[in-house]
Amino acid sequence: MIKQPLTGRLHTPLLLTLAVILVVVVPLLNAFGYISNFTLGNWGKYLCYGILAISIDLLWGYTGLLCLGQALFFTLGGYMMGMHLMRMIGGDGVPTFLSMVGRREWPSFFIPFSSFPFALLMIVFVPGLLAYVFGYLAFRSRIKGVYFSILTQALTYGAALLFFRNELLMGGNNGFTDFRMLLGYSLREDSTKRGLYIVTALLLVLVVAGCKWLTQSRFGLIQRAIRDSENRVLFSGYATANFKLFIFVISAVIASFAGALFVPQVGIINPSEMDTSKSLEAVVWVALGGRGTIIGPVIGAISVNALKSWASVGATADFWPLMLGGAFVLVVLFMPKGIIGLPAQIQGWIAKSRRAKSPEEPSPLSTPPEAIDP
Amino acid sequence: MSQKPFLLAAEGLNKSFDGFKAINDLNFYLDEGELRTVIGPNGAGKTTFLDLITGRTQPDVGTLLWDDAKHDLLKLNEYEIYRLGIGRKFQTPTVYNDHTVTENLILSLAGSRGIWHSLFGKVTSLQRDRIAEILTTIKLSKHSNRKAGELAHGQKQWLEIGMLLAQEARLLLVDEPAAGMTDEETYRTGELLLSLAGKHTIVVIEHDMTFVRQISQGRKVTVLHQGHVLCEGPVDKVQADERVIEVYLGRKSKAA
Repeated sequence: MIKQPLTGRLHTPLLLTLAVILVVVVPLLNAFGYISNFTLGNWGKYLCYGILAISIDLLWGYTGLLCLGQALFFTLGGYMMGMHLMRMIGGDGVPTFLSMVGRREWPSFFIPFSSFPFALLMIVFVPGLLAYVFGYLAFRSRIKGVYFSILTQALTYGAALLFFRNELLMGGNNGFTDFRMLLGYSLREDSTKRGLYIVTALLLVLVVAGCKWLTQSRFGLIQRAIRDSENRVLFSGYATANFKLFIFVISAVIASFAGALFVPQVGIINPSEMDTSKSLEAVVWVALGGRGTIIGPVIGAISVNALKSWASVGATADFWPLMLGGAFVLVVLFMPKGIIGLPAQIQGWIAKSRRAKSPEEPSPLSTPPEAIDP
Repeated sequence: MSQKPFLLAAEGLNKSFDGFKAINDLNFYLDEGELRTVIGPNGAGKTTFLDLITGRTQPDVGTLLWDDAKHDLLKLNEYEIYRLGIGRKFQTPTVYNDHTVTENLILSLAGSRGIWHSLFGKVTSLQRDRIAEILTTIKLSKHSNRKAGELAHGQKQWLEIGMLLAQEARLLLVDEPAAGMTDEETYRTGELLLSLAGKHTIVVIEHDMTFVRQISQGRKVTVLHQGHVLCEGPVDKVQADERVIEVYLGRKSKAA
């Protein structure tokens, strides 16, 4: 009863095929040398960004909360993983980021990060708790719309300033880098990189499946109702603040996991990942791919970043921000449903032109499916 | 306070907006099972009164007690008041435009409003039957899978009444249900409200006097004027009241 029959039927086999390609076929092709390690590494990054994009869309596209702080949760996850990886470097003494500020011993809060399960717990807990406290205060005070966006951006900016300070003992400006081992595997090995890619692809598949389920449940109905008419939802007896808080924390944790997988693949984490432009860029991926869908943001994240990898080398490098901005404007003006809405849009155009040519016989396409009485 | 227990008792309510007294020393008592019609010219404070009851606005002073003074409504927020069984239909139809008619009703069904339930609760066959029954009552069975935003204005009004029915509210606050409806739709809306009287306590705010006469036969009508109860009584008595004619009915040729 709570589903869109047309899209649901068509999408599931397609999505399963895509999942198999990403999780199984691509790593196999890499193992046999058909896909270079460099390309695979790039795709690992893109998929992390795809997960980040979904977390934004859960808030923006589904609940109407434009959060400009998802890069913060992404980076926090990255830092938690980074702390574990720094502890795993081994050797005598402490890494440069500590000796640089005159520390000869590890600060006590680093010690438990030697344990991978503890790091994993923190990847969930730290961004989750921050989102809970911030969301609790914001939603209880009924902060909405652009004010919410500005606050999330300010939070991210504040956090970035904090992380830039060496006194925080989190590596300051340079952050963490020079990672070596993860769970006993060398990060320099091709097989480890492939493994990380597979885990990322699996996580993406899991997040997509989970979000599909979530948005098709009654919770999803309430989410979209809050987006469209929050007052009505309040007057239907729902404590909307709790629902927003729940999805805000879920999104933060999803973004955090994406960041945690991102860091060992790119080999560095520093506060520049929290930059305001990073959060905004991620919002652009969602808009380009198609907000209010689960797959759209992933498509947006992958295509924009693939384009960026291609365009930001050589002569076109200076024009990349212009290209991205231009694409955003074009999509907002002409493709309100993004890339994923394009087939339906083209279908609509064809139907329209056909109708214009032969007004006598309406084509079956010209009747939108919603207009037919069951 | 009176000896008789009231379902809803409002005493000494005052609310002003920037110096304008929207509600001025309002006293209002409602018995269980009543179908009360509230009339009054524009700006009489009818909608503000509903805002106060449902927790949308806080009064400057006054008391609002529910169910024989068991609950103080002024201490509760919107959704807590709703959970006491007070449902509201807004003046402009307020439905979820992007949801289907059925989904609108599912969201309004009585039952848990928790997150856990929203994730794992299933729509039971009993609830499904209830939805089908409501769809028949509000004559939207054929449109159950259409998006609410595509419905005609009158159909949206009916859907919103259907949402109140799904909620199984004890008190239905119905703000101008006949607005924008044809005469026939208005009459049918009246029939619907009459069929619900007794099962629910209902407060109807209305302008259309034909409609008011239809639903208030033998029942009490309250006239609001400048945020104050001007008079109360059977519809004929109210319509004959000099003061009412002066402030309200006299200005409306249609109502005379």
